[in-house]
Amino acid sequence: MTDQFADRHIGTDSVAQLAMLEAVGYDSIDALMDAAVPTAIRQAELPSTIPAPATERETLAELRALADANTVRRSMIGLGYYGTITPAVIQRNVLENPSWYTAYTPYQPEISQGRLEALINFQTMVTDLTGLHTANASMLDEGTAVVEGMLLARRASGSISNVFVIDADLFPQTKALLRGRAEPVGIELVELELASISTGSIPESFGVAIQYPGASGRLWDPAAVVEAAHAHGGLAVVAADLLALTLVTAPGEFGADVAVGTTQRFGVPMGFGGPHAGYMAVRAGLERQLPGRLVGVSQDADGYPAYRLSLQTREQHIRREKATSNICTAQVLLAVMASMYAVYHGPGGLTRIAREVAQKAAGYAAKLVAAGVQVEHANFFDTLTVHIPRRADLIVRAARERGILLHLVDADRVSFSFDEVTAERTTSGAIPQIEADLDAVFGLSGAAPTTDAAIPREVRRTSDFLTHPVFTTHHSETAMMRYLKYLADKDYALDRGMIPLGSCTMKLNAATEMTAVTWPEFANIHPFAPGADVEGYLVMISHLETWLAEVTGYDTVSLQPNAGSQGELAGLLAIRGYHRSRGDVHRTTCLIPSSAHGTNAASAVLAGMKVVVVACDELGNVDLDDLHAKVAEHADDLAALMITYPSTHGVYEHEIRAITDAVHDAGGQVYVDGANLNALLGYARFGDFGGDVSHLNLHKTFCIPHGGGGPGVGPVAAKAHLAPYLPGHPMAQVAQHPAFDLTTGAAGEHEHLGAPVSAAPYGSPSILPISWAYVRMMGADGLRRATGAAVLSANYIAARLREHFPVLYAGDNGLVAHECVLDLRPLRDATGVTVDDVAKRLIDFGLHSPTMSFPVAGTLMVEPTESEDLGELDRFVAAMIAIKAEADAVASGVWPADDNPLVHAPHTAASAIVGEWTHAYTREQAVYPIAGLVHRKYWPPVRRIDQAYGDRNLMCECPPISAFA
Amino acid sequence: MTEPAADLHYTADHEWIAVDGDVATVGITAYAADKLGDVVYVDLPKVGATVSASTVIGEIESTKSVGELFAPVAGEVIEINQAVVDQPDLVNADPFGDAWMIKVRFTELPTLLTAAEYAALTD
Repeated sequence: MTDQFADRHIGTDSVAQLAMLEAVGYDSIDALMDAAVPTAIRQAELPSTIPAPATERETLAELRALADANTVRRSMIGLGYYGTITPAVIQRNVLENPSWYTAYTPYQPEISQGRLEALINFQTMVTDLTGLHTANASMLDEGTAVVEGMLLARRASGSISNVFVIDADLFPQTKALLRGRAEPVGIELVELELASISTGSIPESFGVAIQYPGASGRLWDPAAVVEAAHAHGGLAVVAADLLALTLVTAPGEFGADVAVGTTQRFGVPMGFGGPHAGYMAVRAGLERQLPGRLVGVSQDADGYPAYRLSLQTREQHIRREKATSNICTAQVLLAVMASMYAVYHGPGGLTRIAREVAQKAAGYAAKLVAAGVQVEHANFFDTLTVHIPRRADLIVRAARERGILLHLVDADRVSFSFDEVTAERTTSGAIPQIEADLDAVFGLSGAAPTTDAAIPREVRRTSDFLTHPVFTTHHSETAMMRYLKYLADKDYALDRGMIPLGSCTMKLNAATEMTAVTWPEFANIHPFAPGADVEGYLVMISHLETWLAEVTGYDTVSLQPNAGSQGELAGLLAIRGYHRSRGDVHRTTCLIPSSAHGTNAASAVLAGMKVVVVACDELGNVDLDDLHAKVAEHADDLAALMITYPSTHGVYEHEIRAITDAVHDAGGQVYVDGANLNALLGYARFGDFGGDVSHLNLHKTFCIPHGGGGPGVGPVAAKAHLAPYLPGHPMAQVAQHPAFDLTTGAAGEHEHLGAPVSAAPYGSPSILPISWAYVRMMGADGLRRATGAAVLSANYIAARLREHFPVLYAGDNGLVAHECVLDLRPLRDATGVTVDDVAKRLIDFGLHSPTMSFPVAGTLMVEPTESEDLGELDRFVAAMIAIKAEADAVASGVWPADDNPLVHAPHTAASAIVGEWTHAYTREQAVYPIAGLVHRKYWPPVRRIDQAYGDRNLMCECPPISAFA
Repeated sequence: MTEPAADLHYTADHEWIAVDGDVATVGITAYAADKLGDVVYVDLPKVGATVSASTVIGEIESTKSVGELFAPVAGEVIEINQAVVDQPDLVNADPFGDAWMIKVRFTELPTLLTAAEYAALTD
């Protein structure tokens, strides 16, 4: 037995690989890769800066050393990130439970009912607390949610104004994001002190953004400002603190059209900035304008309620450049945690926590005022802004020495926020340590008076919330543990079997990789903590930046984008910044092949570009003639080409070099979408074959789990000339990033000076230990071996299934890359059996369907990844062959077209034991089509879900219990 | 699938047009409805809107795709079919009848396809 992690990560051993190679027709992986990957793009042999692989135990020891280099102080910085107590039952049963963290986005709703119910709880929690009508299933973070609110307001407003009014009391990071995102799409921001201005002086605009309570802590009634915005035909976007909303008037009750924010303080650690679930809710009538995922209630084939993703036509995979947003997946795992925090505490518990926080803040304010210290606002929830003329810096430093982080507003003011941790009561009745330390900093003494919260009568909440029984039923730990198990049991995640989703790379998320995520030294760090407190994080980040630059052939990397879509946007904004710096303001055309993922087009629009589609030939490759024609036509205004490599068809496109050369010759930049990097790592590098910038998906290639639909990390990697335009951040601990130049060995640094694309300087750092550990344990050679194994597995499946289903695309020597497209259209034409029927029938076989109808309608795209072993690959192959035989039986008339195991799939236990069985096939055929299933059966909780019913009867909150009777 | 009716005009955008004097009634063909799948939402222009030929004036959404409604003729929208907005599945059930979408008063009728020409297009 070996202790090489790579041998644990890669599912096929050398014996299995030999058998697979024989099926594919090669005698070694080297020979296979030589035949598959075009010679022209193969990377040169270069020394690697990635250290030789460490064992799992060594890696944990190194992570421990990095963690120890961070300093955890009690953060009172606030600004959208607060101390919170993650209930242990939620940490253990959700965050640390592969049934939750290894699931994929619920595209197959029949096998995703558990997390869909958790997300319906999330949406209900958000709509109840905000007093609005419909909430989506999470946003990436609060800052980007405000940006999305601005874009929504522009779409939905009747106003022709291009002005968006923003409150001066917005969080500073939100303002920075708005500035960076407004300009490329032609929006003019006007910043005003909305709490104190006369409403008559608010200019005509398509919307306003209000922080509620304000960044300074101020609590005020925005009703008049909302009314003024409406008078202009504009929409009111309110960034609201969910915990405060248990005590203060809901945005929907003072007329807000859109509420956004974060759910971080509902039990999700700060994690140096993320990941956390942002939220967005809208009033009735704006549902179709929502970005992101939306879970709704429909019914299954037997008429029982069942959850599914609703109104998917809003999204970029269908609507491309006309989508409501470029956001795909959001932050499902974190949304589940936040919703379970609400389920566990209930309305009473949340209100108690909020009241303790507010009373603590009010009590301390009274103590400051009594001592003659000026507190800026009389009304607040949890945050105090304190005047300390010319001594603010001294106060912040004194606090830090006592282990407390305050926010330095300016030379004369500090602000600090109380939260669930700092408001915790002592059982002894003694002055809590945090208060004693603050007293020492401010020179106060004695106990703070017990006071009411500083919430004026006119904004006190009077309406109920979280009235659905789910929020009052699971308050004992036993009940909570069982509710989480009950939901997890409904779902199919990687802990049950393979999820061969093409373009999703559902590989192993190893336990060792996950271990450090919940360590306090990574979890309990505020994103704006001083640089000296986060040295461990900064070292880890510089390692990852360097390693990722090396394996992609780029010069510099930013880890800030917290999703692939945001990485795309950051890369395109960098291209835009570069062109503009050279005076090429007219370069705004973005060429995108017709085969591209829809997100590409949606991101291009948000970067202020015009999309021009380039045709693909029947082999799925970019049509070179059309490319040359489009390049010539747009020679003067060409900004960029976005291309995915290997292509979205899973093929190593032979002519990639000719394509990138043509774009460069015309003065354009090349964006290589890194979604399929798992087919390339160690064999070819984007930067070597013409890429100027790429995003990577750490949640695909680098093992961050999909979390049931987020989190993700979408780093953007670029050549040096684009470095100054990569995302910066006004609160970044350092603006410098390590420069990477392997050939010259030159050390140095790049500054990233572009506008931020995430609320936090490093996006979602608390999950970076996962990717760090993966690279550390694999080493450069292990990463390369993983690529070879992944490509072998895809070609093995193609070889085994080719005689049953045509494999739609292939590259050199008839080989695919890391995924293969099975064409089910001939089967449909011959038998009437559709791709949906096959996907749902796979559930009866205990398997998760491959990607349906992308990149081509009527096909399945299979990506097995390197982590599946041969037994699992063969289980999938056997199921597909058995399903083909069932379809042939339909074609030959053994079973009627409308009554066979395919059209009625999937079969629940209830449907199989129904009193009288009236189908043309047997019960055994329905549920045990392969004998082995008797011992290993996954029972879907619902039958096939009626998609149209759910969209025609939109309902996105918890259905009443009676619906399940 | 319902065959294109001989007495209607057609466009390459899979719309049918029934002409009565200077009023064109517009809908989408059975072929288009079938390609879209289960229609769940129909968005139509306002009555009184002026439309120009070949521009997008509405949307027809199914669970998995979005079809655009183009104005086949220039003119003024004089009536919309509220029934199809309230009950989008009419588009699948009766595309050539109950699921008509808008009536446009036009001044000039552009060259449109005959049923035979349209049928050839969708073969």
